[in-house]
Amino acid sequence: MLNIENLHVNVGDKIILKGLNLQIKPGEVHAIMGPNGAGKSTLSHVLSGKAGYTITQGKVTYAGQDLLDMDPELRAREGVFLAFQYPVEIPGVSNIYLLKAALNAIRKHQGLDEVDAMDFLTLVKDKIKLLQMDEKFLYRAVNDGFSGGEKKRNEILQAAILEPKLCILDETDSGLDIDALKVVANGINSLRTEERSFLMITHYQRMLDYIKPDFVHVLADGKIVKSGGPELALELEAKGYQWVEEKVA
Amino acid sequence: MSTSAQEIENLIAQDYKQGFVTEIEVETFPPGLDEEVIAKLSKIKNEPDFMLEYRLKAFRHWQTMKEPNWAQLNIEPIDYQSISYYSAPKKKGDGPQSLDEVDPELLETYKKLGIPLDEQERLAGVAVDAVFDSVSVATTFKGKLKDAGVIFCPISEALQEHPELVKQYLGTVVPETDNFFAALNAAVFTDGSFVYIPKGVRCPMELSTYFRINAANTGQFERTLIIADADSHVSYLEGCTAPMRDENQLHAAVVELVLMDNAEIKYSTVQNWYPGDENGVGGIYNFVTKRAECRGHNSKVSWTQVETGSAITWKYPSCVLLGDNSIGEFYSVALTNNYQQADTGTKMIHIGKNTRSTIISKGISAGKAQNTYRGLVKVGKGAENARNYTQCDSLLVGDKCGAHTFPYIEVKQPSAQVEHEATTSKISEDQLFFCQQRGLSAEDAVSMIVNGFCKEVFKELPMEFAVEAQALLGISLEGSVG
Repeated sequence: MLNIENLHVNVGDKIILKGLNLQIKPGEVHAIMGPNGAGKSTLSHVLSGKAGYTITQGKVTYAGQDLLDMDPELRAREGVFLAFQYPVEIPGVSNIYLLKAALNAIRKHQGLDEVDAMDFLTLVKDKIKLLQMDEKFLYRAVNDGFSGGEKKRNEILQAAILEPKLCILDETDSGLDIDALKVVANGINSLRTEERSFLMITHYQRMLDYIKPDFVHVLADGKIVKSGGPELALELEAKGYQWVEEKVA
Repeated sequence: MSTSAQEIENLIAQDYKQGFVTEIEVETFPPGLDEEVIAKLSKIKNEPDFMLEYRLKAFRHWQTMKEPNWAQLNIEPIDYQSISYYSAPKKKGDGPQSLDEVDPELLETYKKLGIPLDEQERLAGVAVDAVFDSVSVATTFKGKLKDAGVIFCPISEALQEHPELVKQYLGTVVPETDNFFAALNAAVFTDGSFVYIPKGVRCPMELSTYFRINAANTGQFERTLIIADADSHVSYLEGCTAPMRDENQLHAAVVELVLMDNAEIKYSTVQNWYPGDENGVGGIYNFVTKRAECRGHNSKVSWTQVETGSAITWKYPSCVLLGDNSIGEFYSVALTNNYQQADTGTKMIHIGKNTRSTIISKGISAGKAQNTYRGLVKVGKGAENARNYTQCDSLLVGDKCGAHTFPYIEVKQPSAQVEHEATTSKISEDQLFFCQQRGLSAEDAVSMIVNGFCKEVFKELPMEFAVEAQALLGISLEGSVG
């Protein structure tokens, strides 16, 4: 599914990623944890194609293709989805309009016809229940005036409708209270399938109480310094990131 | 990989699809303007004597006037003697009596513009008056409208058939001395539409005029006069296009609306004159005076405009709210790109009691364009409980364009309430990246964001036009990622 080999990334003159390796197979859930400034968000941005990052070394293969060579919209249409840490507001553009435009762009890429208006409405109403959102959200402008929790739910709603192959969740748990976290986590769990892979980026163990990862990696100073199973997250929670950093040093 | 600030600008590349020229035999006056030209013009149109007198009076006054310069515009000096003031397709015999006799070239032109005039393909529910350079070439659904008592015809025809109505109302809202361009228009206007809705009549269909400039080195001076008598209702649309030429061309129109008791006029414009090329060469100078007078009580006028074309736009569709409880509305989207300039807005003049007005203006500026909102809200001494709400939003695309807002407020009545809100925003790289990450191309994302920004105005447009306006913004924003 996704194969990252020896990835080196700069932002301006600053070196952020220094030889990152990671392999994700279909259906796997990987969690990446790490201290502030380790390069977690950089990784999510580079994978989704955001501008402003220079790749100095390494390669990323996604479903057999050179991911770094693809435009961001092409990556999205090929099934790479990023749930943003800070979802942007788009005043005047209704949520449902964006969802439909995005779904149709992806369907067109797959050689399918545009979605029928009634079918689409049924689909959206079905998914919105899953995230315990009010239907009114569909007709409000994208993230405009949404609370932090509403924005995060909205991201997962988009994933539920666009049905990506690889879901990158960038600190989806940040800014959520415990109830909202449960709803979002349930939404994410319902998206898990044998084929769909997840890359979860988080600071805290608590997200992993609800979404059980297959692998946990610790990202520190631009590299993955330790990998393990879910138990690694618990160990980190108990001992802090300092523990890993010291071991590496 | 994704879109940077400079690249956002490239997304707004113009593709002007109405820029073709119709090859047709024309009768054109040589360039130049004096009393003789005006007399010749009046004669060719077989006008009643009062019109010639009116024109000459306007011309004499115009000669004493100077071009206005309050606007935030750079205008190359205009040589009024180098413009031809009349150009019309050559008539065969007495001119077309029915659509079957209209030159097929002209029918083809309008068809290409998406305005079919022939019997089989007419726009359902919309009557069209097609004005080509200085004359009206066809008007559809005249019979059906006549049955309802509605007069909808070229103003030149109204001067023949209903001279008393024209004489009664022409120049009463925009006097010939009003401003430089209005005076010029009064002296040399050639054609335009005339509408009279009798008492108690709800016009059974949308009325529309499609203005086309075709000839080179001519000015188009159109005159529209709409009278909505007591308890009547009409919705009127106008569209405008022109070929691509390297010279600037002048379009100086005057539109007058008269509303009696309980009357309602909804006036919508989609202005897509040729805007000039990406280096600012050519394009139409669109200098227009539009004004509505709510003479009756409880009357309501609503201006909706979508301005995407023209090298320079100078226009302030206004409402004079004379009658008590009358309502004025102005909804505007002005998009400027490349070197386009727009200085547009409205004037709401509250005179009657309990008069209300709403102004929603959306300016979008891209490339090196300058976009100015200029509006006046004036509340007179007698306008008790007058209310105004103004919202002015500007959207910038790229970092070489400008947005300016000049609101003028004059209030002489203490019970009046006037509100003004303004915002300026920019399409951000984060917004674009977000949309791209959901699978949309950068072009579609910009178009979607701009359309979202304009939604409040688009929803005021009649259905057929709302779709056209959205498509028009789409075309104006079409381009490639740099």
